[in-house]
Amino acid sequence: MAGYKPAAIQTYPVLGEKITQDTLYWNNYKTPVQIKEFGAVSKVDFSPQPPYNYAVTASSRIHIYGRYSQEPIKTFSRFKDTAYCATFRQDGRLLVAGSEDGGVQLFDISGRAPLRQFEGHTKAVHTVDFTADKYHVVSGADDYTVKLWDIPNSKEILTFKEHSDYVRCGCASKLNPDLFVTGSYDHTVKMFDTRTNKSVISVEHGQPVESVLLFPSGGLLASAGGRYVKIWDMLKGGQLLVSLKNHHKTVTCLYLSSSGQRLLSGSLDRKVKVYSTTSYKVVHSFDYAASILSLALAHEDETIVVGMTNGILSVKHRKSEAKKDSLPRRRRPAYRTFIKGKNYMKQRDDILINRPSKKHLELYDRDLKNFRISKALDRVLEPSCTVKTPEITVSIIKELNRRGVLANALAGRDEKEISRVLNFLIRNLSQPRFAPVLINAAEIIIDIYLPVIGQSPVVDKKFLLLQGLVEKEIDYQRELLETLGMMDMLFATMTRKESTSVLQHTSDGFLENKKVES
Amino acid sequence: MVEEESVRVVRCGGSELNFRRAVFSADSKYIFCVSGDFVKVHSTATEECVHILQGHRNLVTGIQLNPNNHLQLYSCSFDGTIKLWDYIDGILIKTFIVGHKLHAIFTLACAEDSVFVIINKEKPDVFQLVSVKLPKSSSQEIEAKELSFVLDYINQSPKCIAFGNEGEYVAAVRDFYLSVYFFKKKTTSRFTLSSSKNKKHAKNNFTCVACHPKEDCIATGHKDGKIRLWRNFDDDKKYTYTCLHWHHDMVMDLAFSVTGTSLLSGGRESVLVEWRDATEKNKEFLPRLGATIEHISVSPAGDLFCTSHSDNKIIIIHRNLEASAVIQGLVKDSSISTGLMIDPRTKALVLNGKPGHLQFYSLQHDKQLYNLDIIQQEYINDYGLIQIELTKAAFGCYGNWLATVEKRQEKETELDLQMKLWMYNKKTQGFVLNTKINMPHEDHITAVCFCNAEKFENPTLVTASKDGHFKVWILTDDSDIYKKAVGWTCDFVGSYHKYQATNCCFSEDGSLLAVSFEEIVTIWDSETWELKCTFCQRAGNIRHLCFGRLTCSKYLLGATENGILCCWNLLSCALEWSAKLNIRVMEPDPHSENIAAISQSSVGSDLFVFKPSEPRPLYIQKNISREEVQWGVFVLRDVPESFTSEAYQWLNRSQFYFLTKSQSLLTFSTKSPEEKLTPTSKQLLAEESLPTTPFYFILGKHREQQDEKINEALESERVQLPLTENIPAISELLHTPAHVLPSASFLCSKFVNSLLLSKETKRNS
Repeated sequence: MAGYKPAAIQTYPVLGEKITQDTLYWNNYKTPVQIKEFGAVSKVDFSPQPPYNYAVTASSRIHIYGRYSQEPIKTFSRFKDTAYCATFRQDGRLLVAGSEDGGVQLFDISGRAPLRQFEGHTKAVHTVDFTADKYHVVSGADDYTVKLWDIPNSKEILTFKEHSDYVRCGCASKLNPDLFVTGSYDHTVKMFDTRTNKSVISVEHGQPVESVLLFPSGGLLASAGGRYVKIWDMLKGGQLLVSLKNHHKTVTCLYLSSSGQRLLSGSLDRKVKVYSTTSYKVVHSFDYAASILSLALAHEDETIVVGMTNGILSVKHRKSEAKKDSLPRRRRPAYRTFIKGKNYMKQRDDILINRPSKKHLELYDRDLKNFRISKALDRVLEPSCTVKTPEITVSIIKELNRRGVLANALAGRDEKEISRVLNFLIRNLSQPRFAPVLINAAEIIIDIYLPVIGQSPVVDKKFLLLQGLVEKEIDYQRELLETLGMMDMLFATMTRKESTSVLQHTSDGFLENKKVES
Repeated sequence: MVEEESVRVVRCGGSELNFRRAVFSADSKYIFCVSGDFVKVHSTATEECVHILQGHRNLVTGIQLNPNNHLQLYSCSFDGTIKLWDYIDGILIKTFIVGHKLHAIFTLACAEDSVFVIINKEKPDVFQLVSVKLPKSSSQEIEAKELSFVLDYINQSPKCIAFGNEGEYVAAVRDFYLSVYFFKKKTTSRFTLSSSKNKKHAKNNFTCVACHPKEDCIATGHKDGKIRLWRNFDDDKKYTYTCLHWHHDMVMDLAFSVTGTSLLSGGRESVLVEWRDATEKNKEFLPRLGATIEHISVSPAGDLFCTSHSDNKIIIIHRNLEASAVIQGLVKDSSISTGLMIDPRTKALVLNGKPGHLQFYSLQHDKQLYNLDIIQQEYINDYGLIQIELTKAAFGCYGNWLATVEKRQEKETELDLQMKLWMYNKKTQGFVLNTKINMPHEDHITAVCFCNAEKFENPTLVTASKDGHFKVWILTDDSDIYKKAVGWTCDFVGSYHKYQATNCCFSEDGSLLAVSFEEIVTIWDSETWELKCTFCQRAGNIRHLCFGRLTCSKYLLGATENGILCCWNLLSCALEWSAKLNIRVMEPDPHSENIAAISQSSVGSDLFVFKPSEPRPLYIQKNISREEVQWGVFVLRDVPESFTSEAYQWLNRSQFYFLTKSQSLLTFSTKSPEEKLTPTSKQLLAEESLPTTPFYFILGKHREQQDEKINEALESERVQLPLTENIPAISELLHTPAHVLPSASFLCSKFVNSLLLSKETKRNS
């Protein structure tokens, strides 16, 4: 007939943060490495090519770090004033950076002196980027202009003067060499097409725009400014898709995870939030020590680098997963073993006999099924079970009680075994969710072992410990009841309507507990 | 309009199937079981009830196959008759009138013209086994008064009598004796267990007996769980017995297999044990059969066993100890604490079933539809063990939600409560556990009710408890980006001066909630959960509470423990009327204004049907049952009746079922409901040769309908479509193996041509 029904394991709601796939993924990083820079870290950029070095722009220097190095492997320091926005080209061989004096400099990764210098901006250049065809550089400056430069002959090709305030962020399309986007303090984000000499789409963000990001497909645009992150559908001509307000302070940087499924935003409120790009809900968030100015993820999210206003660069590496399957896996049966006979068509005279699928049972369930009650209890009193999953131990004790065999299972134990039970009781008796079951078990133990008390100093000590615990718990309960009484009085003075809806919890179950006499 | 018959109380199905051993037909195709005043014939393959043999006027107490004609069946009853049936067609062949109350019947192949029955002659507890000569006569009713005495002072249960070795002897057990009567020698030997005299508390009373079909061997079961095998019992001195011990509780029944190689035993452990070669080592088990095994029987062909269980169930078991079919009646094992409910989807009656389950029982077919496992824990059947009880259940939102409450109380202070909310899953057509709430209240839950009003999109549930609170639970969205989910959370907790909450109910439109706190009824607004007003009559605690329906929705009814029925007007907030009536059951009809109330007096239970708007009852029926009525429920009729008399009009659309303390399900009707109970059996009869599966039913019906349609089409259009089976081209195409068929292009034109109507047929028509 019906098969064996496994013992019901009580589940308790997990307090605090919910464990989801995302929290597991984003928590799977090592403790951060802190690197002190000379000033606020305004930009971090990963080279798109192996070995995935990253350029850090801070003060008047650009440091190139290797993946696991704590010291810069290269430094570009020939800036008269603050450098901005050091960005790698797609092939990882060239680096472009703007500076406070209005110059744009192009470096070879292997060299030290600038290859090219683009002069033309009159004020600080805060954003530079390579276009998709690799031969042009886009720059935006505080003189409200956006310029397009040609790399081979270091000439200015185009100038756009459509913004009416500082241009502080920009991003070139990865697919189309003619398209790029800039965001400005005039609250707009504009998309420019180099073939038309003017902006093709302009969207109103509502706050000074601090960061823009084009999605890999080019169809979606994310802009950050003020406390808002907004997502725009560019294919619909710049329609607002969603507006996110999850930070307390200005959002300064945006980054997309390597899979494109998660969007990260860093803010002056010292938090990095991770959004799902399908539902635009926050799925995770990180805390940092200072306000965040820049943020970057390495290839395959292997590393998270965050630059902060206090000049600290925080580098987090993903924990390696190789360790887990270090044991050689046992060879499993081949695929054909499983499909053997599965595609056999039933003939007319054949009788189909279904073998019932075997249900997996936990070891304690197997013992319970065969009425080996003491053994089942021993199994759940193993340290590995009591520490990690005390709810299983408690559930089995409850199940044994339901079957009316708890006393039998607890009886006939030697000093070592009974002290194991007592240890578990001492550790968990005061937990309200386990208390009703464990108090009952404690009473049974006392009843069983009362005649032999005084024979083993180890067990006696444990009993005394338990007694102290129970007394302490009773004191707590009394205090709690006093507090509750006081609160009741306070509530009574409040309006009638609210007093009817007060939920009261008086768990005075402990008061009825037997005293442990030893 | 036919003349009105008087409405009377009738039993409606749900009789015990496990009263006596079931009997297999010779070919193992059918199984017979007693069921109240009837004998039911079930198919062993499909579990379907094929026939109901009706004719006895009292409880049927025994059935046996006619050993001379295996297509006939003997049955005996308390009404003093033995009837012979043709079970294939369900026809009564003959009735033998014996005159005594018959407790069991036995047949023997060697005694052709007589059967053995158990009767009690003088004292109420002295039973005799007598042989009855059945006279040969062509008439339908024959008097059979020729009794010859066989054994005296026996147990009334047929389990304690067994005929052995092709009728050479009969063994009977009672208390501590085993008596064997040898037919040839005409002597009786009596064996006493020695220990029974010495030890005071030895529980080795005999409980059942079985005889080996081939050898001289008797197996007896005992109260202490032992089975004894007796041999050489033809000698009073040299007899021996061996002991088999596995059961830890009473052996309920024993049976030898047809060849005698194995012995089957069962008891409270609900494990069927097969002892091979009568040795202790060689045993096989079939565990977890669900309830105490009461009877075991073996088919004459030897391929099937069957066990009857205390939860009104018969399990048909294959020779290799695999359960193959379950015939389940209305479970009457446990006390009914959930009350009677109607599942809005299946229109089945829902109540406590086997331990930890809710049973869904079809009233139309007298058949259990399914069991819903609520507690979902291994059931340990042990004497004196405190089990988890299913105490409350309620359906909500047109059967989309089911709330259940279970409790286990070991000591006064240790109460373990759990509330579960089940959602109906359309895909799997069953209830799936959605939310589990541990300790929803700190004390016993006294009432659970859903708000079933249409305007509430958000399902709402209210629980009332002895801890003085009532809680409102609502369905909330629990989904995140990973999954979509809904769950129940507590929305509001209300109380009234720390009185125990005893009842709760929603008004029909869901705008008001009435909760009774001991003597006081409070009315709450369901939008804001504000206390609107209170009613108090100081006439004892409120036992039942319900709102009026439809035009009477402004009334609230309350029945108190001191025997007062009060009706309050909600508009004026005043008592409209009250009546002195000790009400046990008060049940509103969901489809009319009528309310049925059953009152209890020392003589019996009386039924009153009334409308809340007027204190004069519409209908009164005195003495509907001698016992206390515990629960009642209104069920909407499939086909409305048409009573014209005013008194019976409340039965036109609904039917009222009620359950008495001894758990017999009764209803009001003009005719016996079993007359309506045979919807499938007639169809089955027509095509006996075909395998009857549920699928066949569906298909068969479908075909019939199609045939009808085709006929209609023929008549209206006057065009005769050629029957596809008769066209040679089509049959050739369909029946020739594919590898020898010519190419499709060749066949195509021929095929299409064959489907065209030729001119000749048109002219003909």
